[in-house]
Amino acid sequence: MYRTRAPSSSSYLYYRHSVAVRIMHWINVIALAVLLGSGLNIFSAHPALYWGKSSYTGKGPVFQIGARETDEEDLIGVTRIFGHEFDTTGVLGAAAEGEEMVARTFPSWLILPGDRWLAMARRWHFFFAWVFVLNGLCYVGYSIASRHLSRDLAPNAADWRSIGPSIVDHLLFRHPTGEAAKRYNVLQKLAYLSVVFVLLPVVVLMGLAMSPRLDAAIPGWVDLFGGRQSARTIHFVAAWLLVAFVLVHVFEVIVSGFWNHLRSMITGRYRIATKEDNEAAR
Amino acid sequence: MKRRAELQRRRFLARTIGAGSALLLSGCDALSRTEWFPKVLATGETLNRAVQGIVAPRRAMAQEFGGADLSPGFRSNGTSMPRNAAYRALAAGAFEEYRLDVGGLVEKPITLSLGELRALPSRTQITRHDCVEGWSAIGKWKGARLSSLLEAVRPKPEARFVMFYCADPMEADGTSPYYESIDMDDAFHPQTLLAYELNDQALPIPNGAPVRLRVERQLGYKHAKYIMRIELVRSFESIAGGKGGYWEDQGYEWWAGI
Repeated sequence: MYRTRAPSSSSYLYYRHSVAVRIMHWINVIALAVLLGSGLNIFSAHPALYWGKSSYTGKGPVFQIGARETDEEDLIGVTRIFGHEFDTTGVLGAAAEGEEMVARTFPSWLILPGDRWLAMARRWHFFFAWVFVLNGLCYVGYSIASRHLSRDLAPNAADWRSIGPSIVDHLLFRHPTGEAAKRYNVLQKLAYLSVVFVLLPVVVLMGLAMSPRLDAAIPGWVDLFGGRQSARTIHFVAAWLLVAFVLVHVFEVIVSGFWNHLRSMITGRYRIATKEDNEAAR
Repeated sequence: MKRRAELQRRRFLARTIGAGSALLLSGCDALSRTEWFPKVLATGETLNRAVQGIVAPRRAMAQEFGGADLSPGFRSNGTSMPRNAAYRALAAGAFEEYRLDVGGLVEKPITLSLGELRALPSRTQITRHDCVEGWSAIGKWKGARLSSLLEAVRPKPEARFVMFYCADPMEADGTSPYYESIDMDDAFHPQTLLAYELNDQALPIPNGAPVRLRVERQLGYKHAKYIMRIELVRSFESIAGGKGGYWEDQGYEWWAGI
């Protein structure tokens, strides 16, 4: 994995990502994109979230997207969070379709299929859930067996000491160059580890908690998470935390050398700039 | 030279990504409308069924709740009053003339009045109803155990599914009556009931009076309301759309365990 080329005068290509990691990364990109789009389509069938064992406990939903007619007979999109109402016309609840305003939970470019189609969205969702889970299990197995996990991802003592400086570096958009660019920094390691071992397992487990058959495996296990409707809420929140992670991830990739990172996730090779020429690392 | 090669490579990558995402967005919709692709996606259903059967075996019991968990006013979904003259006549007579036909691949077909159904061994359970749309409601159900009814009619060995034919037409013109089917494992499960009471009252019309199916561990659309006739069959391929239920014929999974 650590084959390196002889350094040229200003920079050299370093073999950063193994072929297995690259393939699994892109499978993950496709699976998560499909899961998000189809998940939002499924959510549109009942665009409200609750806390508790059922949806009808006497308390209202904690989150709700809907459409309402105003006194002037205009359709507006309304999003309610913990009882606070926000006008989200054009984005959530209602959007223009040609000349007319129509009720739709999410913009059609965000959902898969592009129109509300619960049966088809469920098929996409469950198929790609399997792709995602099997790919994720392969990734964890590979990372342990190849020592990718212990060597590249587990923070060492020096990492823990560098948390403070690493936060400052990130805030100033200062990115490691030279030898330091070969390794993940501590914030990167912690971000990847918490996504792989916390966020993704949680989103899967909360998805399974919504299955009435799997709830029967050990009756009541779902109550550990507050009940089925709480699990549905956690599933939804965790999915958006994943979106937030992807946005930060892509942002960091862009500001620390988009083409270099993209090349390294396709061909495996990452350009390391030596001191004389930092320019090439762009 | 090297610089130009680099630029070309970048342009190629940019185009690949652009084309890839455009293909993903429009391609998914096109794929959804093909004959073959949804079938590929449906392999997920087969896998779900196999794994769910291992994790929660045949006899696993659905969670039961306490009285404090009951939903105030059990939500009615889909049909709330069947557009069916014969049904409305039965309802007007408080279902005294109601008769449930049980036949098909059985040794001893029978017809039961509501009173006879109530005389069968019953079970009362507080369970959660999970709609495919995403919401859940908790209700207290009392009904005849389907297993007791099946023991009375004695299924033939070749019977593999129990069909439920309902009074509610799903089309405005009065056609496409609702129907559902379950396998023999679910049919003999102790929590599978022909429910005639909800929250200690006679089952209300919006919830499927006089008799609806409770097949806990599956999604709401499997719990057929307004049941008029039960038939044991070897296969449902030649019945209605051939997928084993009204919503199944519209593309929903027959196995509604998730």
